[in-house]
Amino acid sequence: MSSVAKKDRVFEIFAATPARILVALIIPTITFFVLLWSFNFMRDARAPRILVAIVALVVGVGGVWALYLALNHLVTQMPIRLRDSLLPYVFVGPALAVLTAYIVLPSLRTVTLSLMNRAGTEFVGLDNYIFAFTDPSMLITLRNTLLWLVVVPAFTVSLGLLIAVLVDRMSETGEKVAKTFIFLPLAISFVGASVIWRFIYFYQPPGMAQPGLLNAIVVALGGSPQGWLTIRPWNNFFLIAIMIWLQTGFAMVILSAAVKGVPGDLLDAARIDGAGEVRVFFNVIIPYVSGTILTVTTTILILVLKIFDVVFVMTSGQFQTGVVAFRMYQEAFIFRHFGRGAALATLLFIGVLPIMIRNMKSMKERR
Amino acid sequence: MSTSVSTTTVAPLTVQQKRIRAILAGIPVRLTVLALVVIWTVPTLGLLVSSFRPAAAIRNTGWWTAFFAPFTADWTLANYIQVIGADRMGLAFSNSLLITIPATVIPITIAAFAAFALAWMEFPGRKIVFIIVVGLMVVPLQMSLIPVLRVYTDLRLNGTYLGMWLAHTGFGLPLATYLLYGYISSIPKEILESAHADGASPMLTFTRLIMPLSVPAVASFAIFQFLWVWNDLLVALVFLGTRSANVIVTTRLAELVGSRGQDWHVLTAGAFLTIIIPLIVFLSLQRFFVRGMMAGSVKG
Repeated sequence: MSSVAKKDRVFEIFAATPARILVALIIPTITFFVLLWSFNFMRDARAPRILVAIVALVVGVGGVWALYLALNHLVTQMPIRLRDSLLPYVFVGPALAVLTAYIVLPSLRTVTLSLMNRAGTEFVGLDNYIFAFTDPSMLITLRNTLLWLVVVPAFTVSLGLLIAVLVDRMSETGEKVAKTFIFLPLAISFVGASVIWRFIYFYQPPGMAQPGLLNAIVVALGGSPQGWLTIRPWNNFFLIAIMIWLQTGFAMVILSAAVKGVPGDLLDAARIDGAGEVRVFFNVIIPYVSGTILTVTTTILILVLKIFDVVFVMTSGQFQTGVVAFRMYQEAFIFRHFGRGAALATLLFIGVLPIMIRNMKSMKERR
Repeated sequence: MSTSVSTTTVAPLTVQQKRIRAILAGIPVRLTVLALVVIWTVPTLGLLVSSFRPAAAIRNTGWWTAFFAPFTADWTLANYIQVIGADRMGLAFSNSLLITIPATVIPITIAAFAAFALAWMEFPGRKIVFIIVVGLMVVPLQMSLIPVLRVYTDLRLNGTYLGMWLAHTGFGLPLATYLLYGYISSIPKEILESAHADGASPMLTFTRLIMPLSVPAVASFAIFQFLWVWNDLLVALVFLGTRSANVIVTTRLAELVGSRGQDWHVLTAGAFLTIIIPLIVFLSLQRFFVRGMMAGSVKG
């Protein structure tokens, strides 16, 4: 009796296995083809826009979940030992695939492209790098980038720190309101901010109305209107001002948290010893938050190194306002010189390399 | 020495003390802060006021004249009607939403799965994978643009939603994985062990336990990524282009600056449309926003 039952069950398993494998394979396949179909549908220019929108949202939001569930389904049908060793890769595999496809392999390819000619067909050695460091217009681009890298962190961090210390002495509501207003520009895109500031810098010939705020002030004070964005090399500072306006709030918020961490008795002790507020600021507060200052400065440096949008919208790099990240876009996608574009991208990468190595080292030690 | 002192007297100020201090702070501090707040607000205010003024008025008088005489000045919605319709900002707005929402959800999903595996599953190479993720966080996305564009051209992914979703997924993934790892790995071990003892599969543990518990971290990153994609210009210029059907708010606005650089009635209304969503997100979800901004500041 029992042997018959056992035989039945064995038979059942044998019969079930091909079916299970089939199902396990069919589900991911169907998922895949449904996604493929929907992508072609979205590419179809004749499809009604509202339908495209619905398909896009369903596929974009749900598709990736469907893929994971299908993969998980496939793996759980496998023998238990295989399943346990494969399952982690179902979870981590897609992330690795995306990182490899979008960052690792392209970066390696960019480094090799930087040693090739315009179309990436011939090896040219260091020609593109020599161009980057000798061409007269590139020298101006490098000078401007250096200017950005020095001025933006210097102003955002010191202004941010100053505001953080000042609002700390206000009432709670006052502090909150002031911080909100200073922080607000951080939500605005570089493009939007550039339009805002183009309007401020707007120039009309003398004698005409000046709807641009800066020239209106200059004229009201008895000066003559200026085309701010064309006065080289000072025009660079007018672009840099936009970045300072955008990023001071970021420095302020982080430094404010640090300033609040300065022990009150340390400040009181300094004051009792007769230190004025200015001395307290420089001799107590700044040393205490120096670690945070370094972090904020590093973060803003990385951001400034890659600044592109502001230059693109304000001047398109004209009037000697180019920076490396803008020039990279221009060389690669306007002039179609992939070699030079890749070399400039690689220079940006070399710029962040020390920070990357430091971060990886600290992770290695931590775990 | 200083530590022993600080532990004895670091007690928080009483309400009364705080009030006295606030008053003592005096006029100079308040005036300085007020001046800074005004300087920081005036640029955006000028944009907002101008966007509701007729084209001729913008050209011939400063926006401040209307601002200080709001009842005698001319106001109009014509700029918005024109920029949404004739200047296709409405289309750009819907495209921006269709790109930004999936480009926020996809990287979060992929990153959450990966972070769960990195935090709680045993597999060879786990530590190295995590260190690489940390390293990739600061790689400038300029390193990817040229090769990815070439592959996209071959695969006909240029100018598609899918191409944009995947590109933003790739560029946002290291940061997302790092942030979610930090959160998911701090979930108490006992919770996961009891789920395992109850016979929950890893997938079930992930969907029913890990994801609901990770909502704060997910929200912070979601806001950061949403704004990053919404405000992005470079990735859209390279992979989406500026052909009419594909424009998003940033590429459309940049194009308007190029083609109608002096038409301030169009530019101010267009610019305000592109920044309205980020401003709403910022003002309504400020706490998550600040956290996300701070956490996301290292993105490459």
